Amino acid sequence: MSSTDALGPNVSADSRIKPKLGSDDWIMRGYMIVLAVYLVVALALPLYAMLSKAFETSRFDLAQFEVQVSDESGAFNQPAATLKQLNDKSNFVAEGDLATSSDGRLALTNFFPDFSFRSPVKYRLRGLDDNAVYLVGSERFAGTKPAEFDSNTFRKVVIRPIQSHGLANFATYFSTPALFQSIQNSVFIALVSTVITVTLAFGFAYALCRSCMPFKGVFRIIAMAPILVPSLLPGIALVYLFGNQGFLKQFLMGESIYGPIGIVVGSVFFTFPHAMIIILIALSISDARLYEAAVSLRASKWRTFWTVTIPGARYGLISAAFVVFNLVITDFGLPKVIGGQYNMLAVDIYKQVIGQQNFQMGAVVSVVLLIPALIAYVVDRLVQRKQVALLSARSVVYQPKPSRRFDLSCLAYCALVALFIISILGICQYAALVKFWPYDLSLGLSNYDFDRMDGGGWAAYRNSIMLGLMTAVIGTVIVFTGAYMVEKTKGFTRGRASFQFLAMLPMAIPGMVLGLAYIFFFNNPANPLNFIYGTMAILVICTVTHFYTVSHLTAVTALKQIDGEFEPVAASLKQPFYRLFSRVTVPVCLPAILDIMIYLFVNAMTTVSAVVFLYSSKTTLASVAVLNMDDAGDIAPAAAMGMMIFYTNVAARLVHAVVSRYVLGKTQGWRQR
Amino acid sequence: MGQASTAETYLKIENVWKAFGDFYALKDISLEVRRSEFVCFLGPSGCGKTTLLRAIAGLDIQTTGSVFQDGQDISALPPSERDFGIVFQSYALFPNLTVEKNIAFGLENSGIARPDIEKRVAELLELVGLPEQAKKYPAQLSGGQQQRIALARAIAMSPGLLLLDEPLSALDAKVRVHLRHEVKDLQRKLGVTTIMVTHDQEEALAMADRIVVMNHGVIEQVGSPTDVYREPVSLFVADFIGETNQLDCEAGMKGKGIRVGKQTLASAPHTHTDGQQVIAVIRPEDIIPHGDGARSTGAPEEISEPGNTVETTVDEMEFLGSFWRTRLSSPDLGTGQIVADFSVNAVRRMEIQVGGRMRIEIPSQRLKVFAATAEPEK
Ligand SMILES: Nc1ncnc2c1ncn2[C@@H]1O[C@H](COP(=O)(O)OP(=O)(O)OP(=O)(O)O)[C@@H](O)[C@H]1O
Ligand SMILES: [Mg+2]
Repeated sequence: MSSTDALGPNVSADSRIKPKLGSDDWIMRGYMIVLAVYLVVALALPLYAMLSKAFETSRFDLAQFEVQVSDESGAFNQPAATLKQLNDKSNFVAEGDLATSSDGRLALTNFFPDFSFRSPVKYRLRGLDDNAVYLVGSERFAGTKPAEFDSNTFRKVVIRPIQSHGLANFATYFSTPALFQSIQNSVFIALVSTVITVTLAFGFAYALCRSCMPFKGVFRIIAMAPILVPSLLPGIALVYLFGNQGFLKQFLMGESIYGPIGIVVGSVFFTFPHAMIIILIALSISDARLYEAAVSLRASKWRTFWTVTIPGARYGLISAAFVVFNLVITDFGLPKVIGGQYNMLAVDIYKQVIGQQNFQMGAVVSVVLLIPALIAYVVDRLVQRKQVALLSARSVVYQPKPSRRFDLSCLAYCALVALFIISILGICQYAALVKFWPYDLSLGLSNYDFDRMDGGGWAAYRNSIMLGLMTAVIGTVIVFTGAYMVEKTKGFTRGRASFQFLAMLPMAIPGMVLGLAYIFFFNNPANPLNFIYGTMAILVICTVTHFYTVSHLTAVTALKQIDGEFEPVAASLKQPFYRLFSRVTVPVCLPAILDIMIYLFVNAMTTVSAVVFLYSSKTTLASVAVLNMDDAGDIAPAAAMGMMIFYTNVAARLVHAVVSRYVLGKTQGWRQR
Repeated sequence: MGQASTAETYLKIENVWKAFGDFYALKDISLEVRRSEFVCFLGPSGCGKTTLLRAIAGLDIQTTGSVFQDGQDISALPPSERDFGIVFQSYALFPNLTVEKNIAFGLENSGIARPDIEKRVAELLELVGLPEQAKKYPAQLSGGQQQRIALARAIAMSPGLLLLDEPLSALDAKVRVHLRHEVKDLQRKLGVTTIMVTHDQEEALAMADRIVVMNHGVIEQVGSPTDVYREPVSLFVADFIGETNQLDCEAGMKGKGIRVGKQTLASAPHTHTDGQQVIAVIRPEDIIPHGDGARSTGAPEEISEPGNTVETTVDEMEFLGSFWRTRLSSPDLGTGQIVADFSVNAVRRMEIQVGGRMRIEIPSQRLKVFAATAEPEK
């Protein structure tokens, strides 16, 4: 072989054939670049803005300015002194207070204790380097040109900090116990929730997959229900059950639901379907022949379980664990509602940004939160890849055999889990209808009078539906066409790899981080896209981006199943790719496209974390309204709104099912032989 | 070959190399295909047949080298600017379109009036013998029917060049043999220059005007089916196409024969010096049987090359319908067995039977000699 390779052509640059690109190639590459630019603007640049914010420090540099003071007659007899010299002498401004935010201002009058704005004394100010910046009122001056002010003007003179990059903000973060305690709290809560959820979900999936119990379909539907509500809804239910006026309060034996207990229980509720579905898939693909082998070797049930079942599902279990961990540690709504004084990272971001307007510290916490989220994401991706390899090598599907005792215990177990899910939803619905918990338990619709409450009223609900529809339609178009370009463009390897990377990135970014990044990027007046800040458009862009990855993977999977020879055939028939795309690719992928749409709709209805930073008074959302009404103490209306989201999503799912069936019947007749 | 009138070159491939990273899938391929010719690329899996076909189609453009079609340099053109129809092993029929829509896919967008399209589709369906299936979806057809539709779609726009990548290999044996003839008939009727990739030598022998035998990214031999079968230029070709007996032996008789065991046999002329290790190749059906003289009743067969006969013992006989496959051994030829195919008639006449002795004649012109390396260097 090597001897023939040595004969390889003299591949000089000019003998190498440079393929001429056809118009299809140009259009596809161009379109892919447009989408890549979209992802860069909607994801990479905001993240960059946030990261640079986190590492940016602002500090007043007193050595930058020199002031000379006149006597009462206006004659400058005293020598000029830098602010630093003045401060060193009398310590007007403490060293620690020189650190500031990028918006920091420091009035010069601080350095002149006997300053009076009526005095005839004049001040001469001079910057000592080109970066010295000060404001007079709102007018900005920079550089070394001296200026003279009378006392009345001088009181309006403030100096601006200089920016440098470094880890100073992180030093501040880690020297503030109240802040970094949250890391421990978040990791602890996420770990505990992960163990509980994965265990429960495994049992449930195992029962669905390996028993002959009745009502499997019903159980599956119930198990998926938590996906349809915002993550903070179980928090509200827990407040009703175990809160200060909860009727099951005594069950907690003195412990408070506001804190770790509440967060863990709520987290188990909202992450359960995610874990369950992953494990269910892993269990259902494991090879039945292994079980037959185990039976023929007379291995005990217990041994079979540990030597066949668990190893077979290991990738599913690991993947589920990391997904749950990620969901819990990045979730904001639930700990906000039920966390009480127990600080979690995601809530810290919110508190720093909304409560204290300390955007910089918000960015620092975001970076801290990014780390576990990124790790969980990477591990999950690696494991998923292995699982896919397993999937292609799979063979025989396991068929459970009836066994009365086992089936009955499975039924009992699933019924318990289902009861938990239903009661959380049920209590919310009940609380929403009760007139005045717990004093007047008669039912009525007064809590649905959202327009009387803070939070946005019915308009918020309408906005949410609008957001859901727009996200579903626009997002599906972007995601599906993007996935098509990645899958079907020829050559252009680097471009495709970069696009793929951008498409996979959103899953690693917690919603709070994305939302904050959007503030930094879009709320910057220097950004030409500043105008979309506070509009519905930014909410749609943010939501599409937030949920991009899963949709993208769905689309890619569907596209991979299409024969790769369609494009060559179409090209040989002189047909542009978009004709093939609209006539064949889209119709064939319609089920996947509808799945992406419903996924985006449901998530747009329930998401809180990213949009909580981005809504404006005209674009309040139902999910945010739940949060805000709860915050304002209107818990019953919050529950009512949460259940409105639930019913809307149920309706959307029904519509999806009906449309899917209709569309399948109409356009996919070819599927049945 | 009967193509004399249209012997002009239609497709010309010049010094084509194709690299995948460090690996060369095609090494300096040059080839000419005449107008209206049916050419088969034949070779074992991984030898680069598909790669060459895809380079011709522009789907995976070669690293260096040129391709000319009908006098025009198409080396760098994208597929959409080339003139070809293509059929893949997977059929690649659009599953959501009916048979007629599939066939009309290329016609619809090319300024042809609707009634004309319908006429053309009907004509094509007629041509591939499926006039009744227009309204069906591909999944409702058998594999063979689907492949015919794919063929109809590929020729719908009357391309100058038809490319077929293992079009028949997903089909079961019966359908395959049947379709062979149909495809060949169709090609002859349309006169379209056709290149078909296959790793099935029988298919290539039955269908091709010329066969391009490939191995490890190089062309071993180009020739008519009879050429490559009867006059293989390398051991690889001899081995890959048809059955062969291979005798490890020494070259002898100054390039006109071989020495095997104690015996010297005349062979087709070769270039190896006496004493060099070589491999001599003879096909089973080329071996001429002669009874053992004593037992046969009729007059002894006339032996045309008395020097090229070998005394053998019949070890095994297998009846394969139209002939007997016989395994013979001879101490003179060393340890190996020789496979020979004898007509039913000859076996009866000469009373050849297991355990019997017989004399065989090895026609010298059919005994080919090749160097003893398995992979001829190129
Ligand atoms: N895209 C690719 N990247 C890397 N190597 C490739 C690629 N396509 C083909 N090859 C390699 O080039 C060689 C020739 O492949 P090709 O598909 O042309 O074989 P083939 O003769 O058509 O075989 P088969 O009969 O199995 O279809 C193989 O060794 C294959 O592994
Ligand atoms: Mg091939």
